[in-house]
Amino acid sequence: MLKRRIIPIELLLGDRLVKTQAFGTYRDVGDPVKSSQVYSDQSSDELLLLQIDRSGRDFSRLVRYTERIAQQCFVPLSVGGGVSTMEQARALFNAGADKIVLNTVCYQNPQLVANLASTYGSQAVVVSIDVKAESGQYKLYAGLGQQAQSQSLAQHIEHMQQLGAGEFLVQRIEHDGMMQGYDIQLLDQVVSLSKRPVIFAAGAGHFAHLLEALQHGADAVGCGSLFNFGDNNPLRAKAFLKNYGIPLKRV
Amino acid sequence: MIGLVDIGLGNLGSLEQAVYSQGWDPVRLQQPDQLNSEVSHLILPGVGAFFEASQRLQQSGWLQALQAFAAGGRPLMGICLGMQLLASEGDEGGKSVGLGLIPGRVKRLDCGPDLRIPHVGWNEVHFTQGQGHPMLGNIANDVDFYFVHSYQFLVDSPEHALATTPYGQHFNSIVARGNVIGLQFHPEKSQTNGLRLLDNFCLWDGQC
Repeated sequence: MLKRRIIPIELLLGDRLVKTQAFGTYRDVGDPVKSSQVYSDQSSDELLLLQIDRSGRDFSRLVRYTERIAQQCFVPLSVGGGVSTMEQARALFNAGADKIVLNTVCYQNPQLVANLASTYGSQAVVVSIDVKAESGQYKLYAGLGQQAQSQSLAQHIEHMQQLGAGEFLVQRIEHDGMMQGYDIQLLDQVVSLSKRPVIFAAGAGHFAHLLEALQHGADAVGCGSLFNFGDNNPLRAKAFLKNYGIPLKRV
Repeated sequence: MIGLVDIGLGNLGSLEQAVYSQGWDPVRLQQPDQLNSEVSHLILPGVGAFFEASQRLQQSGWLQALQAFAAGGRPLMGICLGMQLLASEGDEGGKSVGLGLIPGRVKRLDCGPDLRIPHVGWNEVHFTQGQGHPMLGNIANDVDFYFVHSYQFLVDSPEHALATTPYGQHFNSIVARGNVIGLQFHPEKSQTNGLRLLDNFCLWDGQC
């Protein structure tokens, strides 16, 4: 049986990892390579690295860190942050990324999803979707949570899976870094709409939040603050989840 | 000396680093003539489609070189597509020949309508008769490894299947014959147990 996954999310700002709240207010949480090594050793199922500089985003820096992390970590590595061309994706794959995470480009040039899927396989394409709630409706945002999009969640998911998205990473922007729990209502919608595996992120502050999301059908849970603030790590999360019969990787 | 066959299919960086992390200094071999007597162990990695890889093996001369290497008794390990290339023939992208080192055919996974292809993620590896094999020393039965594939290796003789993995039906996740072994999963992405398998291979004398 395929196992559920715990995925630390690492946000690269400049040369450091940071943790955000609602996609802003950055707190330094360490060195990208050292943190990745620790997560890898703590039985993470994958790593997800996103470059989040709002100005002067230096793509070559992302490639450099991808290469260094891939050399130290023997788990699958997903990388993204402003990727908008095949050349950039190729550079990241060559640096050791196993999957590319796409967000803004999915609205601006959706054909890239199809091109990447046909060249590298759909398993290598993760479509990231950032969501805010506005007057009782979910609204999609690109550009690190700043550019509102017109299409609905259902339209976007359907379109992306037609083009070849292999997986969805979904985050509720206002829950990011708040550690008050995931938006389970959003998760339920995404799970019912998606024919692809769902990585759900933003909001975990306790292992019980992970359990809730996994019981609501998330294939994987993404964690930032949970592992950064407090004495928590993927090993402990798994020990907790095992009590509730969640199928997890045995090592 | 550990050799990594580089036929230009996929990134070898992770595998190279994973082998290195276990205390070995692997060399990349781009041409079959680099395969000299100093190479004691050979790893054939690969991602992509069987047909294209088969063409490359034939055109580059690697096909004969790998067959000769295996015939000499030195350990040879295929990973993912490299494992499938050990078979007699494959279906993916049109019928094409494999190395024929482990009799069998490569066909699309048959997992039923409810499961997705490709099979991607962590899944368990169940030893069917592999317990005593030196490659599996210090590896517990039923632990998980990382898979990414759409095709499977169907062996002609059941004795060549060392381990299976459940995905709808059971497919062969480790195949072996004499000094040749194939892993359907990616040891270089499978943390501790994957690294241990790589180390076991580098220590293996090809006997079983």
